[in-house]
Amino acid sequence: MDPLSIALVGVLSISIGFLLASDKGRRGLELALRSLWLHKLRSFLSMLGIIIGTSAVIILMSFGEGSEKDVLDDIKRLGTTNIIVRSVKPPEDANSNMRQRVATYGLTYDDMDFFKTIPSITRMVPMRIFPQETRRGARGHNSRVVATTPQYAEVNELVAGQGRFLNEEDEAQMNNVCVLGSETAKSLFPFEDPIDTSVKLGQFAYVVVGVLTDRMPTGGTGGSQAAEDFNHDIYIPLSTSRGRFGDRIMIRAAGSRSMEKVDMHQITITVQDIDKVRPVGSMIREMLSETKRHPRQDWALTVPLDRLELVERTKANIRQSLGIYASISLLVGGIGIMNVMLATVTERTREVGIRRALGAKRSDITFQFLVETMVQTGIGGILGVGFGCAYVFVHALLHSMPQFAFLFQQGSPSPILHLPSITWSLTTAVGVGVIFGIYPAMRAAHMDPIEALRHV
Amino acid sequence: MANEVLELEGINKFYTESLHVLKGIDLTVREGEFIALMGPSGSGKSTLLNILGCLDKPTNGGYFLGGQDVSSMSDSQLSSIRSRYLGFIFQQYNLLPQYTVVENIEVPLIYQGIRLDSSTKKRCEALAELVGLGHRLDHRPMQLSGGQQQRVAIARSLVNKPQLILADEPTGNLDSKTSLEIMVMLSRLNEMGKTIIMVTHENDIAGWARRIVRMRDGNIESDEANEPWPLPEGAPELPVHLLEGAA
Repeated sequence: MDPLSIALVGVLSISIGFLLASDKGRRGLELALRSLWLHKLRSFLSMLGIIIGTSAVIILMSFGEGSEKDVLDDIKRLGTTNIIVRSVKPPEDANSNMRQRVATYGLTYDDMDFFKTIPSITRMVPMRIFPQETRRGARGHNSRVVATTPQYAEVNELVAGQGRFLNEEDEAQMNNVCVLGSETAKSLFPFEDPIDTSVKLGQFAYVVVGVLTDRMPTGGTGGSQAAEDFNHDIYIPLSTSRGRFGDRIMIRAAGSRSMEKVDMHQITITVQDIDKVRPVGSMIREMLSETKRHPRQDWALTVPLDRLELVERTKANIRQSLGIYASISLLVGGIGIMNVMLATVTERTREVGIRRALGAKRSDITFQFLVETMVQTGIGGILGVGFGCAYVFVHALLHSMPQFAFLFQQGSPSPILHLPSITWSLTTAVGVGVIFGIYPAMRAAHMDPIEALRHV
Repeated sequence: MANEVLELEGINKFYTESLHVLKGIDLTVREGEFIALMGPSGSGKSTLLNILGCLDKPTNGGYFLGGQDVSSMSDSQLSSIRSRYLGFIFQQYNLLPQYTVVENIEVPLIYQGIRLDSSTKKRCEALAELVGLGHRLDHRPMQLSGGQQQRVAIARSLVNKPQLILADEPTGNLDSKTSLEIMVMLSRLNEMGKTIIMVTHENDIAGWARRIVRMRDGNIESDEANEPWPLPEGAPELPVHLLEGAA
């Protein structure tokens, strides 16, 4: 709950409390309910504007919430407390005349040691990534070799379906072991259990110690990170890869081959908590920007949290337009109610006269009619909230049932009840009651009692 | 001599500069009086009643009600005077249609700021019984005859123990038999010491009062004592014991 809605709930409950605590308030409420009940259809019709307004606010806000959650889930798959630093081949190397035989660029072990001095970093997962054909007897699979440390599984939420992921011992002993992504395993071992067999990567054989379950690919992040499809990967310990492949990597592409010397392709840095993400991000950016370390821009930094900011900005925009929409519909509803109240006041002129003769002060009459309008808008608001919530629940329910999938567009968000909008719309509805009730109520109160008594 | 309930001193009322409706009215009303205010239409009797009822203010002159100068009071002070010192009975009965008999009788208490509870309810029920509607407590005005409605109005006018009851043509909408019932009831209340001022244009009805004030063109034309009609044979007694403590 945000502070605004807590405040609104406070104001609302205090005023209802006052109303119920005083005898006058209770009588006013009771009288208002009776008068509304006397003209059920008219009361309902005049409330309709408020009902539509509040339920529309709740439904739209809930859809906003739902689609926001979809986006957030996307971002969370990348990890909100993560910072991703990647090595990028600098442009002048890619198309320069001075063709180096070995392209040397990117993050170094040095950089990583340097990052270790930042205290709020809890975890760093380095990766070397290169394409290499994996072989098992006659079968081959063009997989992405990822040389990394055991924590990689935690960072990317990978789960071993069979066996285990790499562990500290593999890393320390430079064991010749590997873990297969689900697709890699399927294409290399269509019929047998891959565990404890071996696959060949380059010249060396590796013992398969685990196979991962399927995992949803992540989207590309802000243009600087390629979309990752973990299912075609094969994982080996980082230390092993240094030992077996050396620091240079031969990349064979169609019609060409190139040599690269890259220490690490990516480091995924995890920070203690969300508040530290941005400061640590900028610290790392500063470190890497030092020309001594990286004279060329051969690195890129991605903070998934930054996408959150984008989402929040979008959210603010949506809220604003919703606010305008809601105020228009509540305004229309309020005018409708005011219209009815004015007619009611005229119709009940005589009642006003009688009450005045029996000792009612102007303020008593104002109070009576004001409470009536507020009750009317309040009830309208409650009905609207009820309708809105019911709609959200039913929509979400149908959305979750596969047999009703035909009702919804592919990928359309499922609404999630947006709680603060309930208090907003309810207080706004009652506020509309006050604003549009004041004029009719004052008009009733300022009628001449003698004239009013004569009114037929 | 009984105490003064109210005193008017040179009351003038102008609606416009040329429309002079009350021309210096002087009137003293004492406790226990039953006054009939008579006069042709346009004589100013309704205006006088409105001023007496604190629904209207005199243009100038003094109006003392229970020793207080009412003529210079504000709207909300007048409302408070109405709720404490005055009881109204109208020609049109003027009950609130959404309320039951008992609730209608309670209304003046609400505006006196009295908290409604079981004891006030009991009192209102006793008043309903006093006017012979003890068996109709939960009925609504629409379910009652004119005479019954007027009796509810009488009960309502008693609930705040008023110093003065103002009745504006109380029998104007009733047939002669019911009118008689109502007038007997008012006479009984007067016998019990209630001060009543009644506007009427019927001599028959005015004959129930002990003092008749006739008006013409904004002046008091005559003001004389009257020997009221004797109560008819077998006229019902009011169950006075109900009134004790109730009104």
